Amino acid sequence: MLSTASGTMSNNGSYKNDWTPGGMEPDYSIDPASGGFFHSDYKKHDDLKEMLDSNKDSLKLEAMKRIIGMVAKGRDASDLFPAVVKNVVSKNIEVKKLVYVYLVRYAEEQQDLALLSISTFQRALKEPNQLIRAGALRVLSSIRVSMIVPIVMLAIRDAAADMSPYVRKTAAHAIPKLYSLDQEQKPELITVIQKLLADRTVLVVGSAVMAFTEVCPERVDLIHQVFRKLCTLLVDVDEWGQVVIVNMLTRYARTQFADPNLHDKDGDSERPFYDSGSDVSEKASPPALDPDHRLLLRSARPLLQSRNAAVVMAVAQLYHHCAPKSEGPISARALVRLLRSHTEVQSVVLDSIASISCQNKGTFEPYLKSFFIRTSDPTRIKLLKLDILTNLATESNVSVILRELQTYISSSDKQFVAATIQAIGRCACSISEITDSCLNGLVILLSNKDEAVVAESVVVIKRLLQTQAADPKEIIMHMTRLLDSITVAQARAAILWLLGEHSAGVPRIAPDVLRKLAKTFSDEHDIVKLQVLNLAVKLYITNPEETKLLCQYVFNLARYDQNYDIRDRARLLKQFTQNQSGKIASQATRIFLATKPAPLLQSQFTGRERLQLGSLSHYINTRAAGYEPLPSFPEHPPPSEVRDVEPIAVMQEAKSTKSDKSQSKKKLFLWESEVSSAPSSSSGSSSSSSGSESSDEEATTESDDQSSEPGTNKQKEETESSSEESESSSSESEEESSGEQSDQEKDNVKKPVPETKLNDNKPKSNLDLLLDLDDIPITPIMTPSLGGFLTPLNNPTPNLASPIQVVPPSFIPTKGIELLDRINGQGLSITYRFTRNPHLFSSSMVNISLTFTNTSHDDITDIQLGKKNLAAGTSIHEFMSITLLSPNCSLAGTLGIDFNDSTNPANLEILSSKGSSNVHIKPNIGELMRPVTMSEEIFVTEQSRLKGMNEHTANISLASTNDLSEKVFRAANVAVCPSTKQNTLRFAGQSLTSSSLILITTVIKEEQVAITVNCEKMIIGSMLLNELKLVFK
Amino acid sequence: MIHSLFIINSSGDVFLEKHWRSVVSRSVCDYYLEAQRANPNDVPPVIATPHHYLISIQRGGVSLVAVCMQEVPPLFVIEFLHRVVDTFQDYFSDCTESVIKENYVVVYELLDEMLDNGFPLATESNILKELIKPPNILRTIANTVTGKSNVSDSLPTGQLSNIPWRRTGVKYTNNEAYFDVVEEVDAIIDKAGVTVFAEIQGYIDCCIKLSGMPDLTLSFMNPRLFDDVSFHPCVRFRRWEAERVLSFIPPDGNFRLMSYHISSQSVVAIPIYVRHNLSIKTGEQGRLDVTVGPKQTLGRAVEGVKIEILMPKCILNCCLTSNQGKYNYDPVSKILHWDIGRIDVTKLPNIRGSVSIATGANTSEINPSINVHFTINQLAISSLKVNRLDMYGEKYKPFKGVKYITKAGRFQIRM
Repeated sequence: MLSTASGTMSNNGSYKNDWTPGGMEPDYSIDPASGGFFHSDYKKHDDLKEMLDSNKDSLKLEAMKRIIGMVAKGRDASDLFPAVVKNVVSKNIEVKKLVYVYLVRYAEEQQDLALLSISTFQRALKEPNQLIRAGALRVLSSIRVSMIVPIVMLAIRDAAADMSPYVRKTAAHAIPKLYSLDQEQKPELITVIQKLLADRTVLVVGSAVMAFTEVCPERVDLIHQVFRKLCTLLVDVDEWGQVVIVNMLTRYARTQFADPNLHDKDGDSERPFYDSGSDVSEKASPPALDPDHRLLLRSARPLLQSRNAAVVMAVAQLYHHCAPKSEGPISARALVRLLRSHTEVQSVVLDSIASISCQNKGTFEPYLKSFFIRTSDPTRIKLLKLDILTNLATESNVSVILRELQTYISSSDKQFVAATIQAIGRCACSISEITDSCLNGLVILLSNKDEAVVAESVVVIKRLLQTQAADPKEIIMHMTRLLDSITVAQARAAILWLLGEHSAGVPRIAPDVLRKLAKTFSDEHDIVKLQVLNLAVKLYITNPEETKLLCQYVFNLARYDQNYDIRDRARLLKQFTQNQSGKIASQATRIFLATKPAPLLQSQFTGRERLQLGSLSHYINTRAAGYEPLPSFPEHPPPSEVRDVEPIAVMQEAKSTKSDKSQSKKKLFLWESEVSSAPSSSSGSSSSSSGSESSDEEATTESDDQSSEPGTNKQKEETESSSEESESSSSESEEESSGEQSDQEKDNVKKPVPETKLNDNKPKSNLDLLLDLDDIPITPIMTPSLGGFLTPLNNPTPNLASPIQVVPPSFIPTKGIELLDRINGQGLSITYRFTRNPHLFSSSMVNISLTFTNTSHDDITDIQLGKKNLAAGTSIHEFMSITLLSPNCSLAGTLGIDFNDSTNPANLEILSSKGSSNVHIKPNIGELMRPVTMSEEIFVTEQSRLKGMNEHTANISLASTNDLSEKVFRAANVAVCPSTKQNTLRFAGQSLTSSSLILITTVIKEEQVAITVNCEKMIIGSMLLNELKLVFK
Repeated sequence: MIHSLFIINSSGDVFLEKHWRSVVSRSVCDYYLEAQRANPNDVPPVIATPHHYLISIQRGGVSLVAVCMQEVPPLFVIEFLHRVVDTFQDYFSDCTESVIKENYVVVYELLDEMLDNGFPLATESNILKELIKPPNILRTIANTVTGKSNVSDSLPTGQLSNIPWRRTGVKYTNNEAYFDVVEEVDAIIDKAGVTVFAEIQGYIDCCIKLSGMPDLTLSFMNPRLFDDVSFHPCVRFRRWEAERVLSFIPPDGNFRLMSYHISSQSVVAIPIYVRHNLSIKTGEQGRLDVTVGPKQTLGRAVEGVKIEILMPKCILNCCLTSNQGKYNYDPVSKILHWDIGRIDVTKLPNIRGSVSIATGANTSEINPSINVHFTINQLAISSLKVNRLDMYGEKYKPFKGVKYITKAGRFQIRM
């Protein structure tokens, strides 16, 4: 206690400086009703904005902490959005994190502003640090703005092929987010899921299966290939992934395997005809399970020992729904263990146990005593345990149970006592040997002082007598005798009802009881009075001679009763006693003495087996939203061959192990010893199980044989999709020497880019091979060099490298633009011109031709570049300095500038013998691209990929449409792409630095031109569109 | 999966909310609060509302309510919520309203790391601690000076390895490994002193401070005792199946290595007995006489004995004298606490005296129950013994220690 106190103290101290006076405290204690609320609130936000705008990280952090406090408290902080979103670029990791948290919370409400942050995330997606990449993807995918769907899709696709398994895991998490944002992305998401499911890293698999169950649980075909892998990896997956995988595989098993209890069911019905000997022989040869079915059960079994209750429950439901009945008890012990856990866990587990025990008593019978009730249990738990105890009652253990139930009756918890008495009734009902003793016990309870106990006992006795064929005479006589001492109205009423029902059995007693009650009628409780009237009518029908007068007397009393219900009832019932000849009276026997159906005494858990055990729906006993009922086993299970893993995957595995000896050893250790030996050492070693094992071994040996590498056959494999073909290709390359292999391995690592991109569309590819390498700790070292290539926006073109071709420019401007006039240049004038040809120094530079003219009368010497004032990211390649320029002469020079895809002007200083002068070159956006061409098909697919924010459109009225393409060429350095549609022109270009595609489409519609510009860089797109508009006007 | 999480204090105020999949209005908590008002100690863990499903846990005076929109295994959510509370306790050494409010930034960062889109991301304490450092004075001062933050900017190494529970580069000057074998006796004993039900729930809690990557093997003298076991993920299950030894690479610091269950095969020794007598009649003073004594303790002293008697409602007050320890009676909750301490075998602790009964109360049907707490050091009541601990993979010689404790678990005597 002391230590906790001191702990809190220290926390207090440590966080004191995070709590500025007037910062958080009023947040928690603020009174919305006070008048100053809005005012002070407004003001406070102002100072927060100021803090966010400051240069100091500490102030920003402080402000963010306070804002997060507001978010946590549930107060609206959305008006700070513009101020906060600016800080998304902050270098301070904690500020950044908090901004992310804020952004995810409010992006949906402030969609336009949220878009400002997108480019930051796009940049972060290329960071070498995997944590930052993953974080950016998490936030990007969490921003629920439909405009960015294409961007997120692109990011997910790239992250799914990331080197870091952590980023891939994040990609798997992002899939359901995108799916909930835009359902139309499903087909593309499924290909990503398929790829992630094939991942070998345990970190990824669980999340991939989660994405699978959320997006496309109906696509069972995706699981076939990975089924065996999932089973073997199951033990190593993190606990949450285990739950998801086991639940998914339960469903899978229900659709793919034969019902393991099919033969049992027949056996059960026939069991009485067999003697015990034949029974044994039947057990000895259980129906053989599909080896894969066996594999699933065997690999899930160790998870019963998990510390996580959800995992244990998932496995228990797998065994319950998919295992042969004889194996059900395996999970029972683990479930009972969970009863030591928190009450919430207990409640759910007991709920499931109750459901199982309804169907199958034997499973939990050995653990009967674990369900004994303690006074300290909450009522909910008590009732569940009671239900289970009753379900488990058999002839052999009923005495133990009854003794327990007896002690429960004296509990102070009324609800529990009532349930206990009902439980006794149910026991009595189900086990005929104890019915009598139970009845006696219940009769004794009738004299209990507690009204609830008495009422419940009477009700239970009533039910028991109804279900009993035996003569209830004794008990009724006993109860009648008790009538004098019992004061509880319900009990008296119930006794009278019983007496009326069975009046024929006790012909002497019943009229006497009626006589006694007639005497005390006016003092009785209302419900008793009603039953007296009932009794009177019933007696009148069976025995009119003795009771006619008595009956009339009672009715007369009732007629003048204070309660109108009783007067009404008397009036109604009187019709049967006076007027014997009436039509109603003739039916009296059928009305009053009909045999009434016995109430059903059964557990409230019967009928829950239709719901999946351990599911939310099962707990609340109704179908929850999104609940899919478990399919029943197919009559003819689909062939198991579908699960045979294609050799290509095995081959890749083999390759990656070969490539690095030490690593292969590690791998073998990790996943052979940790995983696949689990089943072998579990020593079930039944005949059916050995089958699957041997098939596994076969697979491995196969992989050893085919230890060739697919590296050389890259091209081939990319085009091949079927496994057989690739198999043959691999056998061809078997002769290759191993020395070459290692070289190619290097190659593979160094330039995975084109492959990665190409494989995007193809799920089965040697990309998996690359993924395998990421267990090696050198990953972080490799990442920086690769990070740039792997990212989407930097160069999406390589993946289409061959179909997109750079072509020479269609138009070259001839007019020069003045850079330096002769007055400012003191005689030196310079003009420049964009040549639209690639610069020799670097392809990302704009080629600018300069013309120097000497208009003075003296020689100008030493013309060269002086200071260069360039924007970040831009670079320049200088022209050759000119040593001498004679008067009235002109010389040309070539300048190369990499503008980094922005139109920021390059400020230069030109030095010459005449002095220095400052000039600046400002390019048009149309000059910052190189023309490319591609087939129409690719054009359309690329265009469809660049929708949303990446698309800019405008309509312009045009006088003449003749020189449309020329105008486009004038504005931008693009090339024509083929177009089959009439009136539609397509142009394509690539930005110089980032090589982003720029697609222009013009559609002519009577005097109007619709221009569409698609570009990954939003700014380029919109600027280009503006420029095109200018040109057309 | 989990859409939103609300944390509610004991007076029914939502003091923290976090949303993952979509923003759910906090008014949804009204359903929970209603259920809580109706029955404060017995709130159903799952509440179905028209559009949402509320799955909640209660711990340490705060309730965590998770909002789900779709079918999800309830235990999945419950287990996760408990893991959240465990993490808070790990970080702040306690999980109460004031502690959470004090550390709301860390809490928020933790929740953000633990759950992504409603699906658990990182729940392993070792990994979380590397990502977000637990607050303490020294670090806060250092951070203010150096401008560093509590948030790490690189991925914890454990996250990617096959042993996510251990971080790399652990270094200690004193290498120690301590094992606490704790056994709790759960029992129900009826009026006549007959054991209705008894079992042992045991834990092995470890405090391991070893450098590098030690690979430990723990073996028992009598492993056949275990009826049922559950392990920390680090334990190699196959070794256990085959050889009945615990082989594992331990996490760094404190953790629970295994828990086990001993019930059916062996007779559980009951180390304590309580002789009790309570006579009450309507309209009279009642008499209470309770004596506690040791039984089957293998010569060890029974310490920390506490007795709680849940009295029937009709008892107004107690006037008792005890020869050892202090007692008090709470007339509201009707619980008599008697703190005995160590049992002296020569003079057994006894408490006796009169109880006053409400007039006209129904005294015929009362069955108070006694909850007993005790501790016995240096004894594992199941006679479990650790045989040896071996370490592989590292060169140094660690200091090893095993401690046995027996405690009362849910030990109840019916009167």
